[in-house]
Amino acid sequence: MASGAELIRQVKDRIAEVDPREVRDRLRPSENGAGSNGASANGAGAAAAKPVVVDVREQHEFEEGHIPGAVHVPRGHLESRIEGASADRSAPIVLYCASGNRSALAADTLERQLGYENVESMTGGITLWKDRGFDVEVPRALTPEQRSRYSRHLLLPEVGLEGQIRLLESKVLLLGAGGLGSPVALYLAAAGVGTLGLVDDDVVDVSNLQRQVIHTGARVGEPKVDSAEEAIRDLNPGVEVVKYNTRLDASNIMEIVEGYDVIVDGVDNFPTRYLLNDATVRLQIPVVSASILGFDGQLAVFKPYDGPCYRCLYPTPPPAELAPSCGANGVLGVLPGTMGLLQATEVIKLVTEAGDPLVGRLVLYDALAASFTELKVRRDPECPICSRPPGEISEEEMGVFPDYEAFCAAAG
Amino acid sequence: MSTVKIPPVLRPSTGGEREVPADGGNVGEVLRSLAEQHPDTQRQLFGEDGTLNRYVNVYLNDEDVRVLDGLETPVSERDTLVILPAMAGG
Repeated sequence: MASGAELIRQVKDRIAEVDPREVRDRLRPSENGAGSNGASANGAGAAAAKPVVVDVREQHEFEEGHIPGAVHVPRGHLESRIEGASADRSAPIVLYCASGNRSALAADTLERQLGYENVESMTGGITLWKDRGFDVEVPRALTPEQRSRYSRHLLLPEVGLEGQIRLLESKVLLLGAGGLGSPVALYLAAAGVGTLGLVDDDVVDVSNLQRQVIHTGARVGEPKVDSAEEAIRDLNPGVEVVKYNTRLDASNIMEIVEGYDVIVDGVDNFPTRYLLNDATVRLQIPVVSASILGFDGQLAVFKPYDGPCYRCLYPTPPPAELAPSCGANGVLGVLPGTMGLLQATEVIKLVTEAGDPLVGRLVLYDALAASFTELKVRRDPECPICSRPPGEISEEEMGVFPDYEAFCAAAG
Repeated sequence: MSTVKIPPVLRPSTGGEREVPADGGNVGEVLRSLAEQHPDTQRQLFGEDGTLNRYVNVYLNDEDVRVLDGLETPVSERDTLVILPAMAGG
């Protein structure tokens, strides 16, 4: 019976091996178009197309760094998973491991037992690759706690590891930690959004607790941003909370919103909604917008230059008599939950790029009728803001509309 | 008879009705028929010159009448008009 070392020697004699430099050269973008990087030591077949590079090491080894673009198929799962990496038996495949032994054995398996015709094992493995100074990609990996916490996301192909990492790296700003902001903050924190910014200058009042579920009776009188931060910490301490205990206005908006990936608009007044629109069009940040009153809600995603902006939909705010607030008119406590969670869903879709975002569409929810209505919203070619390039939108005109002063005076 | 969906802020003007049937061959006629039935809506929908107020969006089924023919857009019996004002509650 052969020893392990002898077996590896025998296997290496019968499989094809390839030097890391050669692999690097074949992976380089071809200068003369695909499939024309001629000079290969291993025959025209192998050189004709870019090989699929397969890392056969264990999970933790892969996570510590791998060849950019490599597919991970641990040797223990080789037979069952290799077809996911390359189903074509004649396509070129380069296998590598740490030093070239496991990949040699894997190459032998692919050739002799699975009928792959064009398999090579990379000599010296990733160790030699690194010694040569070639690029290594270190994937962002989840900790065991994160794997467990986000396991139900990881199981969804539309989210998966890549989507979860996007969520963990995302920065989402919530305008308002009230009715809409409460459920949005809780669910986005639970979903693992990396940074949650909270803008609110209000304090928790007992009349908020009918719907603002992030706050508690014990925290009445505290600033809403502090109360919300506490709830987020309890739910998911991995989330970084950035608090802005202030009211968004023309003097601070650019400073606050810049750098966020998505903004969730749940503010309770028109001037701020117009101001936000103009600033986010200029900065090209998508806004997931909702508003509520009584038993009715509206929801839309305003993605600058991809779809209409808030001003395309509503060129002018209504007069104060037709724009009552929830404080004046009342709101069903559950309603901001419904609308806020639709907002949170759209945020996650934007961050993970899953599905079709609610761009160019407005959803109306009528809780009493239990009905959803979808309306089309188109870009206005004459929109005072988004018909122009972002650089042309000046600070002075942001948030301004013709009867702004009169409106603000009327709205108090 | 087509149907006009009334938003919450206009319901005090329609006696609480959420949907009002109204006659008319085009958007303008249907809305004027609504205003005849519920006079308080007249001032909320139309300016003094008889044009639609800019802060009122009107949809024929799911399409903004501004991208159709405005008040002249033909309306058939089975159509629904949605009156949509902006809301800012949060």
